[in-house]
Amino acid sequence: MISLHELLPEQQAKIEMPNFRSGDHIKVHVRVIEGDKERIQAFEGDVISIRGGQENKTFTVRKVSSGVGVERIFPFYSPKIAKIELLKEGDVRRAKLFYLRELSGKAARIKSKKS
Amino acid sequence: MSGLLGKKLGMTNIYDAEGQRIVATAIEVGPCKVTAIKTLEKNGYAALQLGFQEKKEKAFSKPEIGFFKKNNLPCYAVLKEFAFPADDSYKVGDDINVSFFTEGESIKVRGISKGKGFQGVMKRHGFGGVGGTTHGQSDRLRAPGSIGSSSYPSRVFKGLKMAGRMGNDSVTVHNLKVLKVNAEKNVIFVKGCIPGSINSIVELYKK
Repeated sequence: MISLHELLPEQQAKIEMPNFRSGDHIKVHVRVIEGDKERIQAFEGDVISIRGGQENKTFTVRKVSSGVGVERIFPFYSPKIAKIELLKEGDVRRAKLFYLRELSGKAARIKSKKS
Repeated sequence: MSGLLGKKLGMTNIYDAEGQRIVATAIEVGPCKVTAIKTLEKNGYAALQLGFQEKKEKAFSKPEIGFFKKNNLPCYAVLKEFAFPADDSYKVGDDINVSFFTEGESIKVRGISKGKGFQGVMKRHGFGGVGGTTHGQSDRLRAPGSIGSSSYPSRVFKGLKMAGRMGNDSVTVHNLKVLKVNAEKNVIFVKGCIPGSINSIVELYKK
């Protein structure tokens, strides 16, 4: 059987991505088109989930913006992602960190990985 | 209507120029071989018979093998006529490949939908079920309700929507946009979904 992922080589990550995991603190640089101008907008937060495989792979980034929790789901191979920075590696015991949604303030922090 | 035979490969995503994700279906198209030509003079209509998916000779009966051998063709599992316009541009033994379709054009895809087995009226016909669980009513949530009046007509009308076999029907999807043509691998990507399971045979028609 033909792998559909291999049929679309131009869609596989054009950018160098750091190898991040659930619990890591990352900064995603997103291309935003306004009118005919393009600019870069950063979305910084914790990775709470990585799901899917190949062309369907996505990751979810959660941040708390002025008291309101904001989550954004990015497809791994989205051409809208200009760059991803790995800022902090987290020490978590789970792959999906949805429990963070119930927590706030100090309790919602993620431990940093000891290197 | 002129068209080709293909095989559904599965679904994936394609990103457009603006970076929007579009859900797409990959179809392996052809190459189809012209196995017979029907002409107005001889058959009363103009068409090309196309063959798709080669199969071993032992899977066919002697008359079938004879038909393929007559024109020195390999044995094809699927044969289907398409109404190509009557001209001499195609000959028996010619290949028609995926470049028959161009990016951006709208096509029509026909296939056999997935069989669902014996299904009730809610799934099969979108009935609402008999509502309410009070007043002693039970076991009626997915029921069809009344199927007609009493003394007149004293029978159930033909064609009334009831439970039964669902799926495994011929389904045509119109106006599917061709997003991408991969001539090297004989694969096209169309926007949206098409009937049938992976590896099922579909017919693709030009508008």
